[in-house]
Amino acid sequence: MKFISSVIEKSAALIPIHLQIKGAHLFQKTKKSLLKSSPVPDFIESPIPEVSTLAIADIDVSNPFLFRQNRWQSYFKRLRDECPVHYQKNSPFGPFWSITRYQDIMFVDKHHDLFSAEPIISIGGQPDGLAIETFIAMDPPKHDAQRLAVQGVVAPKNLKEMEGLIRSRAADVLDSLPIDEPFDWVEKVSIELTSRMLATLFDFPYEQRHKLAYWSDVAASSPEATGGTGSMNEAFTVAAEVAKQFSQLWRAKEAKKAAGEEMGFDLISMLLANESTQDMINRPMEFLGNIVLLLVGGNDTTRNSMTGGVHALNQFPDEFIKLKNDPSLIPNMVSEIIRWQTPLAYMRRVAKQDVELNGQTIKKGDKVVMWYVSGNRDEREIDQADQFIIDRKNARKHLSFGFGVHRCMGNRLAEMQLRILWEEIIKRFDNIEVVDDPKYVQSNFVKGYTNMMVKITAKSA
Amino acid sequence: MGSITFIEHYGTQHAVDIEEGKSLMQIAMDNGVPGVDADCGGACACGTCHVIVDTNWINITGSATEEENQMLDLSPEKADSSRLSCQISTSEAMDGMVVRLPEFQM
Repeated sequence: MKFISSVIEKSAALIPIHLQIKGAHLFQKTKKSLLKSSPVPDFIESPIPEVSTLAIADIDVSNPFLFRQNRWQSYFKRLRDECPVHYQKNSPFGPFWSITRYQDIMFVDKHHDLFSAEPIISIGGQPDGLAIETFIAMDPPKHDAQRLAVQGVVAPKNLKEMEGLIRSRAADVLDSLPIDEPFDWVEKVSIELTSRMLATLFDFPYEQRHKLAYWSDVAASSPEATGGTGSMNEAFTVAAEVAKQFSQLWRAKEAKKAAGEEMGFDLISMLLANESTQDMINRPMEFLGNIVLLLVGGNDTTRNSMTGGVHALNQFPDEFIKLKNDPSLIPNMVSEIIRWQTPLAYMRRVAKQDVELNGQTIKKGDKVVMWYVSGNRDEREIDQADQFIIDRKNARKHLSFGFGVHRCMGNRLAEMQLRILWEEIIKRFDNIEVVDDPKYVQSNFVKGYTNMMVKITAKSA
Repeated sequence: MGSITFIEHYGTQHAVDIEEGKSLMQIAMDNGVPGVDADCGGACACGTCHVIVDTNWINITGSATEEENQMLDLSPEKADSSRLSCQISTSEAMDGMVVRLPEFQM
């Protein structure tokens, strides 16, 4: 939808962004009813068969129920062992290559000269009319300039300033939890804490923080991009809301700046302080793109690692004992949680030329999916890869943050949030027992939880 | 046997022995020098073993390659003599060399 985007770009200075998005929405609705263009795949869940019953060519790891049904491990293991660079030609998202071994993933991730991150990093495309521009899906040199402008917001220096606030907010959440009775950890801890964090990063009205998590969920759940449960109407409604509220926030900060007041360390203040981004509001798709990138980047990832850690320690109870005996293992455990969970399963690229990789020829223009979730369990690179070991050596070597120029910008923030959460948990609780099977997100991209019932035991005084 | 001195951002010094042929990053890791993370294990792919070579020694180590600069360019602390220490192979010619660590690896 280059056309709509560029019309929005040009009229940006005159018409508020959210009204333009509403206009684009109407256009898409009309277009859809008239032309039946770009059909959105309709995903209906059915049981996924044992991988051993399939021919290798029929394996389709883009199935958005693979994580939900907890079948992913055997599927990716078979690809790693038998066909590490695998071509699926008939997926609902079109044909794509799967890269499943650690070293091959590293190769693709490092070679942005061979593999482009444009136009987007999900297996499927973006919803028609909502093609936002974000540097996670840009190649150098444009990527570098855009990233440099915003990365200060999550730079370690800035984080140090925020650590106290993050800790008190985490403590607050943990102190309010019910003891000895079942509750949903996802809702009460993971979502709550990440929403608070996002509100802090954006300096967003604190009492409205839950909108941030909701918006992020909608942005990441488009069926055409990731096989999620979202709808076109919801996506447009949310995009318009995001644009409206963040434009207001931007204008308020801009006025502050003009009045010569002291600016904060939040994202928008930083964008306003940087010469190359201070007029970003006039480039709505870029503006929206950066907001959405930080929303999604700071939401699903940390949220699902917060739940994943509890889940892992329940599956490997000896590690829980190890942790209680030696809380100084927390920083290392945080890396191990991020590996074990791999909250974002992959990043997608497009080959810029023909490339030979592990015996296969990837053709120019082919989609290439780096399955971090598989590389993180590659026995060739990681000893006892399916085991959760909190004092694992080289735990930091996981793929969850990606490598190369697109390496996760918020990695230090994520690690700090998780470290603080576990430091505060260990002070308070003797046990967190998962009392029912967790429920998982429908998506081929977000490897996460919708619900996990737990019961906590307070530390005996 | 010669040695190389790492200086942390706030001044703490660590003199470590040279092990000819090992990377500077590996020597830092083996000796527990704080402030070198080396997340990618030496693949020039993460930028977390950033060091700033004392300008008197940059002729010996050489300057950052294009590949290193792709990662180093993302750091606000990048200096002219910045290198990724995983890409520096140490030798006895570096006896007495001083490298500084940035405030943060990112």
